Amino acid sequence: MSKTLGTEPVDGPQSQGTPGVGGAASSAPPAPSAAAARRRGRAKLRFEIALLSGPAVIVFLAFVIFPVALAAFYGFYRWHGYGAPTDWVGLKNYQLILTDPAFQQVLWHTGVILVLSLLVQGPLAIALALLLNQKIRGRSVIRVLIFVPYVVSEVIVGTGWSLMLQSNGAVNDLLRHLGLGFLQADWLSDPKLAIWTLLGIISWKYIGFAVILMLAGLQSIPEELSEAAQLDGASYWQIQRRITLPLLGPTIRIWAFLSVIGSLQLFDLVYIIWGPYVAGTAGTSTMAIYMVAQGRNAGNYGYGSAIAVVMFLISLVVALLYQRFLLRRDLQGAITEGAS
Amino acid sequence: MSATTADKPQRWGNPFAYFVALLFIGVCVMPVLYIVLGGFRTNSQISTSPAGLPQPWVVANYLNVLKSVTFWGEFANSVVVALASTIGTVVLGLMVSFVLARYDFKLKGAMYSLFAAGLMFPMVIAITPLYIVVKDLGLVDNLLGVIIPQIAFGLPTTVIILVPFLRAIPKEIEEAASIDGTSRLGFFFRMVIPLSRPGVVTVGILGFIGSWNNYVLPLYILNSQANFTLPLGVQAFSSQYSVDTAKVLAFTSLAMLPAMGFFAAFQKKIVGGLTGAVKG
Repeated sequence: MSKTLGTEPVDGPQSQGTPGVGGAASSAPPAPSAAAARRRGRAKLRFEIALLSGPAVIVFLAFVIFPVALAAFYGFYRWHGYGAPTDWVGLKNYQLILTDPAFQQVLWHTGVILVLSLLVQGPLAIALALLLNQKIRGRSVIRVLIFVPYVVSEVIVGTGWSLMLQSNGAVNDLLRHLGLGFLQADWLSDPKLAIWTLLGIISWKYIGFAVILMLAGLQSIPEELSEAAQLDGASYWQIQRRITLPLLGPTIRIWAFLSVIGSLQLFDLVYIIWGPYVAGTAGTSTMAIYMVAQGRNAGNYGYGSAIAVVMFLISLVVALLYQRFLLRRDLQGAITEGAS
Repeated sequence: MSATTADKPQRWGNPFAYFVALLFIGVCVMPVLYIVLGGFRTNSQISTSPAGLPQPWVVANYLNVLKSVTFWGEFANSVVVALASTIGTVVLGLMVSFVLARYDFKLKGAMYSLFAAGLMFPMVIAITPLYIVVKDLGLVDNLLGVIIPQIAFGLPTTVIILVPFLRAIPKEIEEAASIDGTSRLGFFFRMVIPLSRPGVVTVGILGFIGSWNNYVLPLYILNSQANFTLPLGVQAFSSQYSVDTAKVLAFTSLAMLPAMGFFAAFQKKIVGGLTGAVKG
């Protein structure tokens, strides 16, 4: 990267009068001295950096970073969202959150969804990707069709599934027709069942994405490796276990990271299918549902901000741990380079 | 598709692979088909045989939705929000990615980490404080209140995908341009933008679909039906006409159509872009 800077003196002598849009460099007056040219070059460089990165940095700071800082501030108040917060309550909001049985419950639900999403979707996606990575016809059509649930919005998925899963809906009807009537159930409101229903819908919605990622990962593995192993007499399963899976590692880890972040912020599907209040009794409410119900819907913006901070910290810890122990090698181009 | 005719199939597993693929496709597509086909049925058809096919086919539900002012208003809002967010994200993201990829300065590492960290904080988690910020700016119930935060939250992915892309542009091209008297900004506008098109397309499509499907931010920001985007519209419609299932299904399938069409048109780019993103 330092080589980039090395080219600087070359265009240093150019005029800095109109370095802006269009970039048509007008011909430059001759530089008085090399040092002055370099100084002017550096000023111009700084101007370019500010011009190009300024808008993105400002928008990002204002709408991503600043709100979080603000939440940390509001989290110390009892505040209903109007005027400046005055009712300082210290750590009371946090104390309430952590001792609220409802929060412990949503934490448990979120944890269950997080772990089971990984355990269900991961192996299934790898198996399907291995199967679909064979040379079969219509692969590109298959890839498009299995990606469909991922492209459909959560709201539509939620609306569709909640209609299908009603006790007199299509799923139960289908089971009856297939002679599996004994499997009919109250998929959405039976508290013993609802979280499994949710898990099923989540798996349906996101498995295609996982398979596509895994397929992409598989395709970046050179075919020569498994061909060589085959020549050495390795069986299909040995090749998959000893060569393909280890080389698929980075893809699996990135997918798992995305899946974990997705589980931590799960909101839309639950909110659409169950709504914030039913979700509580059906046993499907998540952290984000709790935040919206207790914060915005109850008008307690101080409390809601505190919940946001808690969610934030949980995500941060998970993300950092994950990055520290698993992801570091895979994102070397992305995250670590920043630190160098 | 037919290009694979020459492939030698793996003899042992082939029928099984087809079988599983078909099964998998069926599972993925059937619920979506149910929504689309349900729109062609009447409510009595749906209640007597919930899992049946349209018999006879009824287009009235779809026509009703297509004639409704509400649907088109929400459609237009979704288009405006998605286009503005996508363009904003791509323009700002391309500019800052160019700096991160090809300039050298002290704060570069910090700046990159800042955006990369944003990847870990999805919009839902920040929604309460974000709403407060938007409210303080007076942008509640205003499409801009959705667009600007979407741009901000779209930047991390954009930066992560575009920086490697821009870094891969050979240095020789930049040097040649600079010898020809092109400034680095000129290089950006004349060379980088055309050369980074594949990455930009990927980022743009992901941004468009993400915006089209976004629910939680419009839920917080937009209050009046006139400003609703389609996801809010679907929800409002399905609670307003909760007894008219067929109509809800018709509205729902029309709402998903544009994102689907967009995806179908660009699916190669999306899948290809994901490949690139995985490789880092």
